[in-house]
Amino acid sequence: MTIDLKTIKHISKLSRISVDDEKAKKLAGDLNSIFEFIKKLNELKTDNVEPLTSVAETTLKLRPDEVKSKNIREQILKNSPEENEDFFVVPRVIE
Amino acid sequence: MSEVTTLSLTDLVQNIKEKKLSSLEVTKGFIDRSEKSKILNTYITEDFSSALEKAKSFDNKPNFDLKLPGIPIAVKDLFCTNGVKTTAGSKILNNFIPTYESTVTKNIWNEGAILLGKLNCDEFAMGSSNETSFFGNVQNPIDKNLVPGGSSGGSAAAIAGNLTPITIGTDTGGSIRQPASFTGTVGLKPTYGSCSRYGIVAFASSLDQAGPISKNVKDCALLQEIISTYDAKDSTSIEFKRKSYSKELTNNIKGKKIGIPKEYRVDGMPKEIEELWTKGIEYVKNCGAQIVDISLPHTNYALPAYYIVAPAEASSNLARYDGVKYGFRSKGENLIDMYEKTRSEGFGSEVQRRIMIGTYVLSSGYYDAYYLKAQKVRKLIKNDFDYAYKKVDAILTPSTPSSAFKIGEKTNDPVSMYLNDIFTVPVNLAGLPAISIPAGLDAKGYPLGLQIIGKAFDEQNILNIAYAMEEKIAFKNKITDWWIK
Repeated sequence: MTIDLKTIKHISKLSRISVDDEKAKKLAGDLNSIFEFIKKLNELKTDNVEPLTSVAETTLKLRPDEVKSKNIREQILKNSPEENEDFFVVPRVIE
Repeated sequence: MSEVTTLSLTDLVQNIKEKKLSSLEVTKGFIDRSEKSKILNTYITEDFSSALEKAKSFDNKPNFDLKLPGIPIAVKDLFCTNGVKTTAGSKILNNFIPTYESTVTKNIWNEGAILLGKLNCDEFAMGSSNETSFFGNVQNPIDKNLVPGGSSGGSAAAIAGNLTPITIGTDTGGSIRQPASFTGTVGLKPTYGSCSRYGIVAFASSLDQAGPISKNVKDCALLQEIISTYDAKDSTSIEFKRKSYSKELTNNIKGKKIGIPKEYRVDGMPKEIEELWTKGIEYVKNCGAQIVDISLPHTNYALPAYYIVAPAEASSNLARYDGVKYGFRSKGENLIDMYEKTRSEGFGSEVQRRIMIGTYVLSSGYYDAYYLKAQKVRKLIKNDFDYAYKKVDAILTPSTPSSAFKIGEKTNDPVSMYLNDIFTVPVNLAGLPAISIPAGLDAKGYPLGLQIIGKAFDEQNILNIAYAMEEKIAFKNKITDWWIK
């Protein structure tokens, strides 16, 4: 299997990273060599193996559903690139 | 003044407690040396003037009951520090000033430590040479042409260069142990769930762990007992009986069974590393431990599995950098265009590559073939260790397949860069603790490390083995202070 430029463009769209043709070519080369390396896993038969999703063998704890951080609106907005009247500002989405 | 910087953390603490040194003298010493060491590029952000203020106020009202009384400490720039810029080595966070503190850094400040500054690292901890940092590469104090390793390269270089008495890094696939090995320092990757991930910029959440990098094993044990706490703010933080590692540290390892996995004898491994390993085996034998040959049959599959699991988690974690709530924003014609340009201009090429790999392996039609497959292989790797630990108490291996390489040597070939982590990655996949200690120099005079891998939550045991070996090895780093004019 090789990853072609069309696939790179598709992944870049899913990743929300704009990619021009030159960068796409470089990425295709890199990804193909990485997936060539990853292919080694196919040597292993894993049909009856349970996937390991977490090494922390604990059940998630329940906690009371209560507000702990109060009045931190200012803190939350502090690092935003653009804000207005306590809202994050983004480019216009409704015409 | 500069000799304070050569003292170990343990010695500094004792000197301060006995009032032979003040916090201000110590803090000034490290700042002074850091100022003379700018060429190493270890710091991303310096917090020196505020450190001096904190040192003065400690000296005015000292509390000698604390474990880190007035000790200045620089930390990897992956830990959120309240009011101090936290970049994760990325352009996308170049203007980010956290309004909260990570749990592990909070733990060290609560014991009296003082923030010196934030140390350079690979962008989002993705790299093995510190060369992916937006803020430039770090020079290894061993030799100016060498990388310090990565991703905690700035942290390891700062310890080797005596710019901070101790530091904390993070380790997702070897990012504490590999740079420790490349700089002749000690680095511990704790058991997954031991140190809280709250407030650490996330890379791969099922693998990330914070841990100490230090000058010696005792310092490492002391910091580990401080940073390892249960934390409700991290849902994977684990409650277990944490020990006073530094108090219980002993070099008595008589009767311990140490496993030697045959799969770590990889093709093309330099003879010097083979010999170092053999020497390491002799050392533990001389300490009264017993050597047991073991097999970890799936070792060779760890790295390919890692390069599915880690990018998959990264692609999900890094989705939050969209130019809206914090960080860098690029101008776009519309919302989508803004997202795409922000992420294209804000992330460096290695981070983009990993996001793309992760997005691909999680995308419709490929999930089972890649991600699910990798998680199954991860289970096989963990089973290997579980089986081995029925027969042994710990495992001894080399830390890295080579000594530090030259700056620029591996930047054009991602796979050859990834192969650096061949001995460290299996530990993260299995969630185990492991420590790298300096064990010798190669023919060029570059340090080489040995790794001791433990059972989950058995940090005390690997610290003890490392402590016993450290005494026998009596490692001396060859650092000439070439960068100080």
